[in-house]
Amino acid sequence: MAEPVLRIENLRKNFGGLVVTDGVSLDINEGELHAVIGPNGAGKTTLINQISGTLEPSDGRIYLNGTDITALPPDKRAHLGLARSFQITSVLPRFSALENVALAVQARAGSSYQFMGRADKETALNDAAMAALTEVALDKRADLLAAHLSHGEKRALELAIALAMQPKLLLLDEPMAGTGPEESERLIGVLQKLKGRFAMMLVEHDMNAVFALADRISVLTYGRILASGKPAEVRADPAVMTAYLGEELE
Amino acid sequence: MNFVRRTEALPIAIFLVLALAPVAASFGAETYLLNLFTRVMIYGIAALALDFLCGYGGLVSFGHAAFVGIGAYTAAIFGAHGVSEIAITLPVALIVSALFAYLTGTVCLRTKSVYFIMITLAFGQMIYFVAGSLSPYGGDDGLTLKLRSTLFGFPILQNDRALYYAVLLFLLGSYLLLRAVVASRFGRVFRGSKENPTRMATIGFHVFSYQRVAYVIAGCLGGLSGFLLANATEFVSPSYMSWQRSGELIIMVLFGGIGTLHGAIVGAAAFLLLEDMLGGITENWKLIFGPMLVLIVLFARGGLLGLATSIKERLSRG
Repeated sequence: MAEPVLRIENLRKNFGGLVVTDGVSLDINEGELHAVIGPNGAGKTTLINQISGTLEPSDGRIYLNGTDITALPPDKRAHLGLARSFQITSVLPRFSALENVALAVQARAGSSYQFMGRADKETALNDAAMAALTEVALDKRADLLAAHLSHGEKRALELAIALAMQPKLLLLDEPMAGTGPEESERLIGVLQKLKGRFAMMLVEHDMNAVFALADRISVLTYGRILASGKPAEVRADPAVMTAYLGEELE
Repeated sequence: MNFVRRTEALPIAIFLVLALAPVAASFGAETYLLNLFTRVMIYGIAALALDFLCGYGGLVSFGHAAFVGIGAYTAAIFGAHGVSEIAITLPVALIVSALFAYLTGTVCLRTKSVYFIMITLAFGQMIYFVAGSLSPYGGDDGLTLKLRSTLFGFPILQNDRALYYAVLLFLLGSYLLLRAVVASRFGRVFRGSKENPTRMATIGFHVFSYQRVAYVIAGCLGGLSGFLLANATEFVSPSYMSWQRSGELIIMVLFGGIGTLHGAIVGAAAFLLLEDMLGGITENWKLIFGPMLVLIVLFARGGLLGLATSIKERLSRG
């Protein structure tokens, strides 16, 4: 078995007396889509924040392709191939959709300490950005300011930004949050297409999406992994039923 | 982005007016008008630099006058020791400003919003008191320059009109430099950091380093402004770097229209010309200026430039 893309070992995070991540261990393999589900307050976003580096864990280790990234700042992790989307849409509102993505391309295309020359005229950057926008079907909206995109389009834009980073691991924090049924269908379609190209960790409340996409599912409650396995196994797990899935799958 | 699509007519008009002002001045109180407009352009350089920080980077510095003071004192201290060669003194002024920006920026940029404002203010006050305690160089009373800077030994800035055009060239250079920087790769990262620093970090930019470089650029231009100010007034004093001066620079930027660059020049002109005109009416000119500023901020979000644009739009709509 090859080395996992992401390995989390005994991760722990507490805010004072409140334990939010309680000894989480988890592997995500090459090309795998690993969903993390759990009730509100289970510590899913906290987990993603620790993996992406915006939050420092209290204990435990995080490895990306075998490299210990536990102490690295977010920008260094990004350069090692880690991309993420945010639960609350996080784009640059007064930049065009294209420029939002072009910046992600720029971050890994030579130095950004260039003080002359128009960045928005660099065709290499724009072409790569356009390719990423096309993958999420936003190419027609490239010139619009991100602030003027619909909610679902902003979610897609986040995905395009992540794609432009050519990630090895993509962390998706509730990509469907707040989108209507049609838009979620569209996003599921996009993710389906991307599946296998790189490893993904999907945190999501939309069970349709989770069961349509996931290769493996981990159930998180009170900061602990309650169960982990193939979708069918997790669905059948009685502990999971009572803790979380029960009412939604009935 | 706005700065690309905005028409070039206004910046060109601004520089044309500045280029022709001395001709017009020769029909009136020439020395007086030349001095006034020289000051407008000098403060314009400092305001430009501040607009670069605030308008494009979201970094509201309340200590920008410190750099003006550093530039001015460099010229004056060298002058006191008989060195007025611009080829030596100006680079030193810029290097000292850059160094101060780098060191204080390293501290300031770890903070955000109000804390950033307060800590830049604190550093500004620090350098203000340092200048006041420089007793060999006049202390609180300041210091007179024996002569203006010379270029390779020639006293080319001795003539007021020559100084005026030299300052105009520096202003034009600063403006073009900042415009290029704003549109460049670096500028795009800097602008992005204002919009959403967390997003910028997660796509792989170490935001702090970019902001610090921008802070150094703005600091250098502040130093340049101070260097020219010392030459224009042939005098320096700690008041050049008082917190009121830093506040005035922010007012200039807001007054003209933040985040446009040429707005900062308009703002500097409006501020200094109003100060001059209103100051002729009453000693308490700020009593009139204050409400004007409030009105501008309340009703013209984009400053004077924004006001002009919205009037133009309303007229063309009929």
